[in-house]
Amino acid sequence: MGELAAFIILSALTLIPAVVVVTSGNVVRAAMSLIPSFLGVTGLFVLLGAEFVAGIQILIYAGAIAVLILFVIMLTEGGTGLAIRQLNEQRLPGIVVAGALTIGLVVLVLRTAWPLTAGTLPASNVTAIGTAFLTDFILAFEISSLVLLVSLVGALVIARKEV
Amino acid sequence: MEILKAIVETILLFTFLAVVTAMLGVYLERKISGWIQSRLGPKHVGPQGLLQTIADTVKLLQKEHITPLNADVPTFNVAPILVAVAGLLAWMIIPFGPAFGRIIMVRDINIGLLFFLAMASLIVIGILLGGWASNNKYALLGGFRSASQMISYEIPLALALMVPIMMAGTLSTRAIVEAQGGSIRNWYIFGGPYEWYLAIPGVIAFAVFIIAATAETNRIPFDLPEAESELVAGYFSEYTGMRFALFQLGEYAEAFGMSALAAVLFLGGWHGPVLPGIVWFLIKMFALVFLLMWARWTYPRLRLDQLLNLSWKGLVPLGFLLVLVTGWMLV
Repeated sequence: MGELAAFIILSALTLIPAVVVVTSGNVVRAAMSLIPSFLGVTGLFVLLGAEFVAGIQILIYAGAIAVLILFVIMLTEGGTGLAIRQLNEQRLPGIVVAGALTIGLVVLVLRTAWPLTAGTLPASNVTAIGTAFLTDFILAFEISSLVLLVSLVGALVIARKEV
Repeated sequence: MEILKAIVETILLFTFLAVVTAMLGVYLERKISGWIQSRLGPKHVGPQGLLQTIADTVKLLQKEHITPLNADVPTFNVAPILVAVAGLLAWMIIPFGPAFGRIIMVRDINIGLLFFLAMASLIVIGILLGGWASNNKYALLGGFRSASQMISYEIPLALALMVPIMMAGTLSTRAIVEAQGGSIRNWYIFGGPYEWYLAIPGVIAFAVFIIAATAETNRIPFDLPEAESELVAGYFSEYTGMRFALFQLGEYAEAFGMSALAAVLFLGGWHGPVLPGIVWFLIKMFALVFLLMWARWTYPRLRLDQLLNLSWKGLVPLGFLLVLVTGWMLV
């Protein structure tokens, strides 16, 4: 009962700001609305017993990505505080694509057999995640760090002024 | 029932914090600055001026809320609350010490330190939004400086935290303090219950943590976001009355929280002879708070480029080195 209530509240907290993100005419408010949405997802992670992912979610998404987006928007000329048009002449193709995607997703969700037998949680999922990263998933872990490094170097090369 | 208990705990903790951090913090700051500058500081309201902050708070409560004409009103109102709530929430994982047969802390969650860092990173958003919503160029510049500074210093802060985490093998603050019991030798600043040479990364990590924490809480010598000689008051230039006080509360709560965390991670938390644990914890915390205030009234402010260089070229590589060396020494 309590879990259901928490789920409904957290879903509302995630979805309502998400709607604001796509409908608000003010870019900064749209970016700002990402934050409660991220925090709602954090709550859902906690509800699932994934505290480590929840902590990282706040730290990376709410604390870093949202700040980065806000920073960029606020520095963009004319980007702040302006009412920006939400619709343009490509409205019709947009509706068609979004509708097709929605139908595809709904069909996929309905046809998947969701296994309800949950596994048991480890005592501390921080340790479990750390061990898994450095044993079973070492290759994926290394590759993702390589991708991050490449993007970092790429960003430096693009942003650097020729001296 | 569980919810009621949580609400009562929250109210108790927040009241304690509001009293200790904001009231006592402001009072101490003014007294210590008085001593350092050969003045008396607040003296007339109550014995030795102890009630000065209460008088100030009552005054601030009576002040009019002024919202600038071109401000983004909802954002302008939310920002100080976000800063204060995030600053106070960080205290959830601070263990105060044993009393009444249990350890006094709100929640012993197993991602404790991660939670603290996450809350510290939420404060940036409040400051950035407050600066932007004021629609004032000084406030906006202050918000930007604050965001770039806090993001830069979060990394050395987290890397310095890695040292006690690696020594203890857990993220829970309670377990970290319990592992430092016994003698003063077991404090993580002195290498914990391991070989003596682990004291080297211990001391350096403590220093990095204190520097990064000072920058993270926007205090002199790293208070560029509110540099009064350039930016009026930075991101809270346009705030009046209680909203201004909420920004202050958030800032002091975070500064005290960082000191408390340093006491917990490096200085053995509540461990100490004779006196009860909570007293020891408070002594250590206030000693570190004094250190922060001492630095504030003794050093001049850095330039922004010096500040960012110090983090990216000094503390971040040092932090990575610390993690590497600690790992190598522990194995």
